[in-house]
Amino acid sequence: MTTHTHPHTHQHYLHIHEHDLASTHHHPATYPLLSIRDLSVRFTQYERGLRQITLETVSSLSLSVDVGEVLAVVGASGSGKSLLAQAILGILPANARISGKMTFQGQELTAQRQQQLRGREIAFVPQSVDYLDPLMKVGRQVQGVRNSRQQQQAVFERYGLAPFVAHLYPFQLSGGMLRRVLIACAVIEDVSLIIADEPTPGLSHAAALEVMRHFRELADEGRAVLIITHDINLAFDVADSIAVFYAGTIFEHAPMADFIAGPDALRHPYTKALYRALPKHGFKPHPGTQPYAGALPAGCLYAKRCEWSTPECEQGTIEMRALRGGMVRCIHAL
Amino acid sequence: MHVSRWISSSISAATYILGTTARLLSLLLAVSILSFCLVSAAPFDPVTAFIGPEAVISPEQKAAIAAHWGLYDPPPLRYVAWLNNVLHGDMGISLIYRQPVTEILLERALASLALMGLAWALSGILGFVMGVVCGVFKGSVFDKITKTCALALSVAPTFWLALLALMVFSVFLQWFPMGMAVPAGKLAGDVTLADRLWHLILPALVLSVSGVANVTLHTREKMVTALASNYANFARARSESRWQLVRRHGLRNVALPALTLQFASFAELFGGSVLAEQVFSYPGLGSAVTAAGLRGDIPLLLGIALVSALFVFSGNVIANVLYGLIDPRIRESAKPFRPKQKKLPDTSSTSPLPNTPDTSSSPVSLPSPLPPVIALKPTGYHRRPGGCSHD
Ligand code: SF4
Repeated sequence: MTTHTHPHTHQHYLHIHEHDLASTHHHPATYPLLSIRDLSVRFTQYERGLRQITLETVSSLSLSVDVGEVLAVVGASGSGKSLLAQAILGILPANARISGKMTFQGQELTAQRQQQLRGREIAFVPQSVDYLDPLMKVGRQVQGVRNSRQQQQAVFERYGLAPFVAHLYPFQLSGGMLRRVLIACAVIEDVSLIIADEPTPGLSHAAALEVMRHFRELADEGRAVLIITHDINLAFDVADSIAVFYAGTIFEHAPMADFIAGPDALRHPYTKALYRALPKHGFKPHPGTQPYAGALPAGCLYAKRCEWSTPECEQGTIEMRALRGGMVRCIHAL
Repeated sequence: MHVSRWISSSISAATYILGTTARLLSLLLAVSILSFCLVSAAPFDPVTAFIGPEAVISPEQKAAIAAHWGLYDPPPLRYVAWLNNVLHGDMGISLIYRQPVTEILLERALASLALMGLAWALSGILGFVMGVVCGVFKGSVFDKITKTCALALSVAPTFWLALLALMVFSVFLQWFPMGMAVPAGKLAGDVTLADRLWHLILPALVLSVSGVANVTLHTREKMVTALASNYANFARARSESRWQLVRRHGLRNVALPALTLQFASFAELFGGSVLAEQVFSYPGLGSAVTAAGLRGDIPLLLGIALVSALFVFSGNVIANVLYGLIDPRIRESAKPFRPKQKKLPDTSSTSPLPNTPDTSSSPVSLPSPLPPVIALKPTGYHRRPGGCSHD
């Protein structure tokens, strides 16, 4: 398909940025490119009869990602992962309220700074053709408002998009072309952080892997890449670390090596269950469902399904803590 | 490859033109049959309509005239005779104006076209501009006021507005004349273009009111949708400013439906003109249809029915063709003249949230691929397809 398949080395699997994972531990002089502490996103909605309800779709989420690194945020579809991307970019719907602290390059990421940085330092790779203007030719869209025609042609060449593709409309793109066009939109801006939201829907495994390798390559060139996906298998091939997303929060953020090593190397009971549920590990089903964003329980969001659960688990907030070179949100994890 | 593509597009163009012509002919046939049935069933007495109610003639004389006109023939026979004449370019003589129907139609249609054209342009331009401003500044004071006024005006009956306008602007303020197309008592040769325009302005304004209101609401809603769309959000994420967003994506996506809506609105325009012309005594098709209906002028009624069907049909055809020419999703696909909207594959539902009720969106909703709106007879309280109702 593309002529640009850079040799991809496996050394990244083993290359672990411990200081990124345990952001509380790192040396004060170094900070991860993007760090998120206790991010919550709430929506106020009116139900029938004007009853006001609050949905907490992201709750006390913490993670960090640094340059050269691919972080995969893995979670079930519809669990609010996309809001994480929108929160970082500052493009949440108007009725959303956020709390918590985000820093980018060591400085707080305020709404004003988000507006300055998005498209310039932080790029977004959306998930579907809906994110392209249906009535504008692809070339002009990739070019955007701040780049030249030459830059557009260069980035097209990089991703093996023929010149005629620039004159197509979004509806005329094939699935594979669309992915490369969406990535091109991010790469044409010289950014240091790329956030990809579900970048491989509807692709064959081979094509999806190809897309993931593009992201690996972008990280190797010195960018940080945050990929939000429901497909943990794809993350296995390119990510440096995986953050496990559940009911709007992160349960565990661990180096890739731990996910390869197996349940004993992992920390959180949910991550272990997730591991065992993978087809290649016996497909053990994991009973239960995630709690509804409008009715989050106190304490651990996993308590209803957890085999280790004790009364303490349902009291107070469970803090994210560093453990064995990773981060975990569980009081009983060892 | 190019040649074959050209051939295939020419073939589909030819198919489209043939199909459209066939549809037009069958529509005109259906309209004429239906109108004929209606006027046959109506208690019209053509002989009285012709000689006038005051004229005193004996029933025998009346019967003789009726027999001479073939009024005792069975209706199908009368219809065929009429159709035969129409096909030979003879639409009969108007019973009340005593002039060939074709002449009246031509003269009145020109006057009506001037009136409707002005109202049409006004509602398109004014409605679009106001709709865009409202959509971009959604929730602002301007938006709220405009939206409320537009909602109220879009349901206000045209004849009522026309009476109101006459009272305020012609009677009290005396800015505009009391109806008619030219000054009363002036010789035809002395009538200037300025005279005509001066008489045209008030009826055109009144006629455009409901159009302006509807176009504003429609454009506003499309603009709000466009600016809240995923592609606008993505553009925002790529550092486009609000102005760039509106210019690059908003206007582009709003202009297309607005333009087709504009052409598909001929039916309402014609319906509105019947009432506006009546109130302003404007000598167009609209006032002719009222006179013909009230006084039983069957040939004229049938003629106007045909002309109005033709008028509305052309609006819809233009709307469909334009859609095909302007929308790349149709133009660039294999069949450029197929006037149907190509459905984009909906690859994902992107919002993980339960439906957020958007209380501010306007209640005007239009089916996106415009259905052929065909009005057989204009009715008084005409609304857009899809309706316009309060929440
Ligand atoms: S905190 Fe308690 S309930 Fe939650 S995962 Fe850990 S052991 Fe299970």
